[in-house]
Amino acid sequence: MKIGVITYPGTLDDRDAQRAIRLAGAEPVALWHADENLKKVDAVVLPGGFSYGDYLRCGAIAAKAPATKEVIRLAGQGLPVLGICNGFQILVESHLLPGGLIRNENQHFVCRDQKLKVENNQTAWTSLFEKDEEILIPLKNGEGGYIATDETLKMLEGENRIAFRYVETNPNGSMNDIAGLTNERGNVVGLMPHPEHAVEPGFGPDTSIAMKSGIDGLKFFQSVLQQVVNA
Amino acid sequence: MPKIIVEIMPKQDLLDPQGKAVANAMHRAGNKEITAVRIGKRIELHFDREITEKDLEEAKEQASAFLSNDVIEDVVSVTKAD
Repeated sequence: MKIGVITYPGTLDDRDAQRAIRLAGAEPVALWHADENLKKVDAVVLPGGFSYGDYLRCGAIAAKAPATKEVIRLAGQGLPVLGICNGFQILVESHLLPGGLIRNENQHFVCRDQKLKVENNQTAWTSLFEKDEEILIPLKNGEGGYIATDETLKMLEGENRIAFRYVETNPNGSMNDIAGLTNERGNVVGLMPHPEHAVEPGFGPDTSIAMKSGIDGLKFFQSVLQQVVNA
Repeated sequence: MPKIIVEIMPKQDLLDPQGKAVANAMHRAGNKEITAVRIGKRIELHFDREITEKDLEEAKEQASAFLSNDVIEDVVSVTKAD
C-alpha cells in the first residue's frame, strides 16, 4: 500500500509523515506540489508546515497547486486524505472541509502535548480508535483557531462531522473545541494537532507510563492501511 | 500603470490580533482617542494595457474566490485605477 505525502514549498513535516507511514507498515511516496498526477497512491497526507510562506492566508495558495487539484478530484471519488495542521488549513481553503482557521485567540504560537477526544471513529483515518477515546499527540500552531458560521457548526454537530475535540484545554480558541473534522463520506480528515509526531516510543509525548512513550498518532496511519487493504 | 485595486478586511465581529497589538502600541504612544485599529489588505493587480469591464468582473470573482476567504474576511472594494 502506497501513501503519498505532498511537499509544498515551505512544508516542514513531510519527512515525519513519511516516517509515520513507514512505521505503520505502508510505503510512503514523496509527491511534489507541481505534480499533475499522484502516482496512483492509495491515500494522501497533506503535512504540516508553512506552505508558500503562509502568504495570502495559511493554505490558500497551496489549495490552488496542481497536486491539490488532483487531491480534490480524487477525494470526490473516495481517496483517503489526511490534512495535518497546515494540511488542515489547505483542506479548508480547498473547500474539502468547511469553515476557516484564524490566529490563536491568545495570539501566541502554542506548542504542547494535547489531549483530544476521538468523536468520530467511522472515518478512514480513525477506525482503529474507540469512540470517545482520549488520545495525546503534539500540537504546534499559530493559526489554529477554528471558526465557522452558526449554521455550519450546527451541521457539523448534527452530522457527526467533528472528528476530534480538544479535551481539558482549548489551546487556540477553536469554536466548539473543534480540533479536527471529517467530510460527509469519512475519507477526508483534517486536524490541527500532529499525529505523525507520536508514532515511535522514545520520540512521542510523555505519558503516565514513561517519558516520550506516546504513540497514539500511529493509529491514524494504521487505520487507513486497514481500510485500504480491506477495500 | 492601469491597475485593479482589491481591498479586503477581516470580518467586523472577528478578533483582529494584528490590529489589537497596533492599537495597544498607539495607546502607549499617547494616541488615547483611537478606540480600535483594524488591519486589512490592499492587493493591486497590474496590467500593461487598458482595463476592460471583463477584467474587472474577473477580478471581482477572484477577489471572493481566492484573494479573500468569506468565512473570515469581507471584500470591501474592487476598483479600477490608473
